This record gives sequence, structure tokens and C-alpha cells, in this order.
Amino acid sequence: MTNTSPAAKADTAKLEAESRNATKAQLAEFWYYFSQNKGAVIGLVVFALLVLMAVFAPLIAPHDPDVQYRDSFLVPPVWEEGGKAAFLLGTDAVGRDILSRLIYGARFSLFIGVVVVTIALVGGIVIGLVAGYMRGAVDTLIMRVMDIVLAFPSLLLALVLVAILGPGLINAMIAIAIVLQPHFVRLTRAAVLAERSRDYVVAAKVAGAGHLRLMFKTILPNCLAPLIVQATLSFSNAILDAAALGFLGMGAQPPTPEWGTMLAEAREFILRAWWVVTFPGLAILITVLAINLVGDGLRDALDPKLKRS
Amino acid sequence: MLRFLLGRLGLLIPTFFGVTLVAFSFIRLLPGDPLDLLAGERGVTPERKAELMAQMGFDRPLWQQYLDYVAGVFQGDLGTSFVSKKPVLDEFLTLFPATAELALCAIILAVCLGIPAGIFAAVKRGSFADQAIMGTALVGYSMPIFWWGLLLIILFSGILQWTPVSGRISLLYFFPQVTGFMLIDSLLSGEKGAFLSAVQHLILPSIVLATIPLAVIARQTRSAMLEVLGEDYVRTARAKGLPPRRVIGLHALRNALIPVVTTIGLQVGVLLAGAILTETIFSWPGIGKWLVDSISRRDYFVVQGGLLMIAAIIMLVNLVVDVLYGLINPRIRHN
Repeated sequence: MTNTSPAAKADTAKLEAESRNATKAQLAEFWYYFSQNKGAVIGLVVFALLVLMAVFAPLIAPHDPDVQYRDSFLVPPVWEEGGKAAFLLGTDAVGRDILSRLIYGARFSLFIGVVVVTIALVGGIVIGLVAGYMRGAVDTLIMRVMDIVLAFPSLLLALVLVAILGPGLINAMIAIAIVLQPHFVRLTRAAVLAERSRDYVVAAKVAGAGHLRLMFKTILPNCLAPLIVQATLSFSNAILDAAALGFLGMGAQPPTPEWGTMLAEAREFILRAWWVVTFPGLAILITVLAINLVGDGLRDALDPKLKRS
Repeated sequence: MLRFLLGRLGLLIPTFFGVTLVAFSFIRLLPGDPLDLLAGERGVTPERKAELMAQMGFDRPLWQQYLDYVAGVFQGDLGTSFVSKKPVLDEFLTLFPATAELALCAIILAVCLGIPAGIFAAVKRGSFADQAIMGTALVGYSMPIFWWGLLLIILFSGILQWTPVSGRISLLYFFPQVTGFMLIDSLLSGEKGAFLSAVQHLILPSIVLATIPLAVIARQTRSAMLEVLGEDYVRTARAKGLPPRRVIGLHALRNALIPVVTTIGLQVGVLLAGAILTETIFSWPGIGKWLVDSISRRDYFVVQGGLLMIAAIIMLVNLVVDVLYGLINPRIRHN
């Protein structure tokens, strides 16, 4: 469009403004429905605080998470008898400050969630788009492979994958991403199947859009709502599974202050020092709960079926 | 109905072969040679290694090894444990009742509490009770169950001393295993106090394992009930003056239960994954603990066999659920 007339230019500008307004209106509508759900807003606030805590961990944490205070083994929290003001939530069996380890642990959990969801989401979208768009043998093959992955309990498959790859945080993340991927593939494929015969897709095709453009620019943006909800659920699942792997000794390795690994280290002291067990688990629960609350809110706001009721 | 059943079975066959392929590949994908893994740090001489490779079939082409493996699987041969030297299938069958007992108790607990809680929340929609039930369900759904188990141990075994920390029954009792289900065997043994001890050992692991399915079932029941309660036939039933109990219990519930049955079926995978953690925490001698121990002991044939058996069980249960679903809901069957 090199020789556009002023009138055409004005039209384009008008269209662009309209589309911007529509996006704004959509966002406003989304926020309206999301904020109706008080739990979701609380979840979002808690999640934002966790992110801040993770980002500014070195500034907030009172101690270095790995420093062992040799004169303070298993010090109880400050409000218990024998607690020290220097260690608000007490210390673990080798004298490390639990609060500082929890603060640094937020970095690992959120990092795990982000990386796992990104890998699973991107992989799942590409594979799902290909399956739904191509149909035929490719579709059948992809879906059968996904069925096979789904035939195993996720934690077991993740454990086995870690046994192959070797224990460690990165391998645990890869394993969990592989295990979570089929959900995204299925969702994307189902959405693509529903959208591909719609008029706007046919129109784009007639206008000469190529396969890649049709897949990623025309169809994909209209399939995003269920994927966003699934991504939130997977975020919390990833954190739980990574913590479970850490707990079983197959995830992050000590002395990493990962919450699941901290729990594994604390197991032998459960009947002697309740705080070394209680706080890391509470941190996992709060994080996962906050994300699930946000997920519920997103589902309410993005699902048109629920909106009407 | 037969066509429906055959169709579902037909879908399962390729998946089952895929699962055998995953289980087969597992040992081949491990870093290093299977025999070096077997030999451990002591190592083996090259001659002995070649001999063993031939004996175990590792020197043949991969596709032949796979066919042999599948043929073995169909004859019930899942290999032999490196550690106990017993056939993997025998070990599985010995330990499986422990997991089955735990999983059954957990799912019964989850269904018996989850469905009524979900119905109640739906009927009292928006009330404080609804919010409390759904809030609790969300906490349960978000629970890291390995931590939950430890907390319960601290409270009930440590502070209150009501329940034992681990195992299936007190060491005071010794009786032959007839069914493998400790609750039944302890009753059959006639030993005084044995049944009570079995129950005490089972309570905490069941609660821990039931937590997530309970939350999922309660949430699902509530949303299914809400959907059904808005239907015309429920309004009609109300309009013609049926008592609310009858409307909810008969007209609404029966239709609302259809998606709930599927949800319950899907919990089998959750239960078996949960069993890995629950059994590890409570030293419960079942499949989950066996697999975790085998992974850390590098007893790979056990892991391979366990992986296959668990996937097979999940597929079988899903098939049963599919068929049940078809039975309750003719629309599915005829599609």
C-alpha cells in the first residue's frame, strides 16, 4: 500500500483507533469480571508480593541463606521459648536462618513455574496448532503420543525422567514441562478445531494468508482464553511437582533453599522441631493457593459461558 | 453398546503399545550401559560382560529386543529385580494390595465427604457455608500433600499420640495374609485389637491421600449441581410441588453425577501419584514407596515394570469409567 490516498489513510487511522478502543474495552470488561471475584484479587496481591519478595530477596532477607550459625542450631521461632530476635522463624539443623531461606526459596519456586509453563505452553501450542490445523495422520500420531504421556501419573513420569536425566533442578523442570505439555496440546488442538472452519479463518485463507500466518496470527489469538487458564493451573502444578521431586531427593539438591528440598532435609526433625517442617510447606501452600485463586478468577473472567450465568 | 466398548478398546491398544515402548526405552535411555549399571561400582570383566549381554539379549537389534520385551510382558514376565532377585511381577502383586487398600479408603473418604459437601455448597450458593466449603476445597486442592502428611504426623502422632507414625499394623500382631488387605486380614485373624491397629495405621495416610481428590470432587459436584439446578426440568419438578429434598436428591443429583463419575475415574492417576508421596512419608509398604526406593537403589527393571503396570491400571480404570459413563449417559454411547 504505497500510494494510499489521504482518505484511505484516515480510514486506517480510524480503524486502528477503533481496534485500540476495543482492546481497552475488552481489558476493562476482563478486569470488571476478574475483580468481582474477591479471592482472585487477594490471590493476585499475594502473588505480586511473592514476586517482589523474590526479586528483592537480597535486600529483604535478614541473613545469607547458606550461612550456618554454629551457635544457633534448631533455634525455635522468636515467639517460642528460647527463640532469638535475630532469627524470626528460627533456624534449621545446621543453623541457617529459615526466614532468609524461605525468601530466597521464592525465587526458585517462581522461576520453576515460569520456566516450566513457558516450555510446556510454547511446545504445547506449536504441537497442538500443527495437530489441529493439519489433521489426518499427523494429528492422529500426535494425539496418540499425548495419550501415552497422559497414561502415566505425572509425578511418576517426572520421577522416571529425572532418573534418566539425573537429579537436579533443571532436569526436574524439563521433566515437569514434558509431563504438563499434553494438556496444552489437547486444549490448543480442540480450540483450533473449533475455530478453523469459522468465517474469519476462511476469509483470511481466501485473502491469501499462508499456513503459518493462518495458524499463528489468525487462529491462535482466538484460542488463548482456555490456554491462559490452563497456564495458571500448570504454574501451580509445576511448583507442587518440583517441590515433591525436591522432597523425594530428585529435584533441587541441598543446600539449595528450594522449599521442597528444605522439607526433605527437615523430615528427620519433625517430632523435635516443628518449625523446620511447618514454614517451608506453608510457603508452598500460600504460593500455590494464591496462584489457584488467580486461576479461578481468570476462568470466571475469560469463560463467556460462566459470565452469562 | 458392544460397538462402543470395542471402539474404546481399539483406542487403548495403540496407547498400550506406546506405554510398553516408553517402559522399554526407559532402561535404554539411562546414561551408560545397562550392564554397567547392573554391575555398579565393582564393574565386570569384558568377557563376562559380553557373556551377560548375550544372555540378557542386549546384543541384539533394538527392535528385536522390543518384540522380546512385549512378548515377555504378555506372558507376565516383567524382568527380575536386581536387588531382591525376585520376578518384578511377583513383587508388584505382593505390594499392590497395600496400595489398593490405601487408595480405596482414600477414594471412599473423598466421595463420601466430597459429594455431600459439593451438593450442600451448591444448594446454599453464595452463603457463608458455600464460601467456607469452597475455600477449604481450594486449600485442599493447593495442598502439598507431603507436607500435609508431615503436619498430621506432628499433631496426631507426635503431640496427641493417637496414631502410629508408620507401617500398616503394629508389630505385635502377626497373621497370614489372605487377601492382602490388612483391614480384612486382621478381622479374619481373630486376633484381639488387630483390626483396631490396622485402622489406626490407615487413618492418616488415607486422609492425606484423599485430600486432593476430595477437593476436586467437591468442586466438581458443586459446579455440576449448579448447572443442573438451573435446568427447566428442575424448575418443573419444583413447580409441581415436589419437596426440595426430592428435587435435589432425585432430579438434580442424578444428572449432576454424570460429570462427577468421570472426575472420580480421573482421580486414579492422582491417587497413584499421591501414593508415591504418601507411602514415602508413612513408610507404607506399597507400590509407590517400592518405586521410589527402586529409583534410588537403581533397580531399573523394577521401575520399568512398575511404570508399565501403573499405566496399565490407569488405562483399565479409565476404560471402566468410559463404559460406566456410556451406561449412565446414552448420548455418549450413540455418538
